[in-house]
Amino acid sequence: MANDHFVRFENVDKSYDGKQLVVKGLNLDIEEGEFVTMLGPSGSGKTTCLMMLAGFETPTNGQIYLDNKVISDIPPHKRGIGMVFQNYALFPHMTVYENLAFPLRVRKIPKDEADKKVDKALSMVSLQGFEARMPMQLSGGQQQRVAVARSLVFDPQLVLMDEPLGALDKNLRESMQYEIKHIHESIGVTVVYVTHDQTEALTMSNRIAVFNDGKVQQLSSPDELYERPVNSFVAEFIGENNTFAGEVTDVSGDKCKVKLNSGTEILANPIVAKSKGEKTTVSLRPERALIDPDTKMDNNHKGKIEEVIYHGDHTRLRVDLLGNKDFILKVPNSSNRMDIKEGREINIGWNSIDCRALDPK
Amino acid sequence: MSQEQILSSDGIPLEESLKKAERKNKLKAFFLVGPLLLFLLITFVFPIGDMLFRSVDDRMITKMLPNTFKALETWDGEELPSEEVYKAFYDDFYPLAMAKKSGKLYQRLNYEKSGFSSGLKKTNRKIKKFEKANYKEQFMKTHKIWRKVEYWTALKNTAPNWSYAKYLKGLDLKFDEDRNIVQQDEDRRIHKILWMRTLNVAFWVTVFCFILAYPISHLLATLPMKYSNLLMICVLLPFWTSLLVRTSSWMVLLQQQGPVNDLIVWLGLAADDNRPELMYNVIGTFVAMTQILLPFMVLPLYSVMKTISPSLMRAGKSLGGTPLISFIKIYFPLTIPGIGAGCLLVFILAIGYYITPALVGGASGSLISNTIAYHMKSSLDWAFASALGTMLLVGVLAIYWVYNKLVGIDNIKLG
Repeated sequence: MANDHFVRFENVDKSYDGKQLVVKGLNLDIEEGEFVTMLGPSGSGKTTCLMMLAGFETPTNGQIYLDNKVISDIPPHKRGIGMVFQNYALFPHMTVYENLAFPLRVRKIPKDEADKKVDKALSMVSLQGFEARMPMQLSGGQQQRVAVARSLVFDPQLVLMDEPLGALDKNLRESMQYEIKHIHESIGVTVVYVTHDQTEALTMSNRIAVFNDGKVQQLSSPDELYERPVNSFVAEFIGENNTFAGEVTDVSGDKCKVKLNSGTEILANPIVAKSKGEKTTVSLRPERALIDPDTKMDNNHKGKIEEVIYHGDHTRLRVDLLGNKDFILKVPNSSNRMDIKEGREINIGWNSIDCRALDPK
Repeated sequence: MSQEQILSSDGIPLEESLKKAERKNKLKAFFLVGPLLLFLLITFVFPIGDMLFRSVDDRMITKMLPNTFKALETWDGEELPSEEVYKAFYDDFYPLAMAKKSGKLYQRLNYEKSGFSSGLKKTNRKIKKFEKANYKEQFMKTHKIWRKVEYWTALKNTAPNWSYAKYLKGLDLKFDEDRNIVQQDEDRRIHKILWMRTLNVAFWVTVFCFILAYPISHLLATLPMKYSNLLMICVLLPFWTSLLVRTSSWMVLLQQQGPVNDLIVWLGLAADDNRPELMYNVIGTFVAMTQILLPFMVLPLYSVMKTISPSLMRAGKSLGGTPLISFIKIYFPLTIPGIGAGCLLVFILAIGYYITPALVGGASGSLISNTIAYHMKSSLDWAFASALGTMLLVGVLAIYWVYNKLVGIDNIKLG
């Protein structure tokens, strides 16, 4: 079947035990040169998808296309897909050079050409001069770079990364995120990246596929995903989120009225819940709600500060608002809001467009 | 350059106070391993020391004939010794003959040179009637050995308290009259064959064990827990069964009317009246020893394979290596510590194996350990048994040394 997508999952099912589907009717298209992240909680099927693409698992049903070819019958070693594993999977008995030269040697690339490629790959991850080291003599971050270099050294069209930064500490992880992003930008290889860390996904990807329960919940760019989640799972999973449960009482154009369980009515943006009488969960990002707003906003309510948590660059308030005792507000530290104290009543306002009426939880 | 001594807070040098603090722990640790040390000393260090000692100890004869050897010290060895020497021998031998304790002497000296036994026996009978003078003449009249220089040379050769003659015997070598090392007579060269057979059997048993154990261990290490536990029990069950029981069951299986032979006949590989002999020869030794030593190969291999992450093979494949290349370049080299440990273990156990070759080996399948047992129990030549045992020990240590040079003992993994 002809299509113009570089990688295409078409109605892919996967079951390990014949009783439970780990991946359910998955459809996913990835364009050439893209950096796509599969993001989701553990057990959501994202690693399974990656393993099916790499060829270590076979789909129970459906097809996977790579460059318009069905790849089910191609064994992993003929797919030409580079892969970075969770624990790097560097060959412990080979030096860094031998590790990198392995994919070139099995492809029978002449030695001088292979040397050049190894050199280039190592300079890409700034590890020149480490050729003779054994993997055990390297730090976690260095091993990680070797693993990345090894997956790129044979110029694959596609590189898969399976939670490659999971074992690193926070600072190293952040700098590696940028490094991998820059490598991707400079050589233009297609990357499919698996992680359960949303910051990682937001930082690095062109597009993110949020997985839950064996299905892609939403596939879109990081900002789209954060600003406009299409269902409550995505809204909850990405970033911080305030929710109100209620029922739609009236819909008019791009606004709807939602009657909350506490009895108050608020204005919201009908995304999933579009008709009268539907149950809904309303989602609002903490930074979209303001204290004592200067401009007119179409939702304005009073709340009581329950807790003040100092976070350095901002202060976080837990507010009892419209029956939600865990409503979170972020106050930038620059503002002259030093009068914020526990127990005080404050005015909170937000626009209905930021307040999305999604599916009920 | 003087370095200031570091003091701990109470003014005692740091090193000293550290020692003091550690002393109690060290004492505790020592008392905990004390019984084990004692046990090792009694059951291991002492017997091996005793064995080494016995294998070279040759003081018996010196103790029995002290005067003779003293008198022989000045003898030039060119012609028959002087009257004094004969008198000294009389002084030594007469009390032995009277107390009927001269038997060991015949055996020891006859081993040095044949003819001594009959000569000494005759002398033993006649010595009671010797007059207390002219000893040389009387001895020479009694038996021809006293008239020959070679016998006196042989006697003098036994003077040193320590001798490595037993080791030479173990290698089918011996001393000739002039103390040169020469080959044993052709019809008495039996030990070299035994050594070669022992090494041969140990080598092939190791190879067979390796070939059988490698796939089993791989299966054990990669199967899901549910099945691998069952398989593990299958491997270990024979291991827990008595060695004697297992060997005897092989005797049942391998005998001429046994199930294995029945199967061979049924398959038409041999005629019913010409059943192959699978037991009481090297085949029986091979089969039974391989089966019995298999767990010693499986366990170290399994423990090493268990630690090899499956993602390494996946990485190999994703990088373009065919399953075979990935196996040869990645998996196999990583299992070498286990292979080394398993092979070393099986080889060393096989080289000193006793019960199985004794029961199913027959004459052509018996190994050096069976010969050691024979000299311990039947011929009572403990010195020779000790010498063979020591040679075996040295051989094992040599193999260990070579292994250490090739693979490195730090790389060994026993589980």
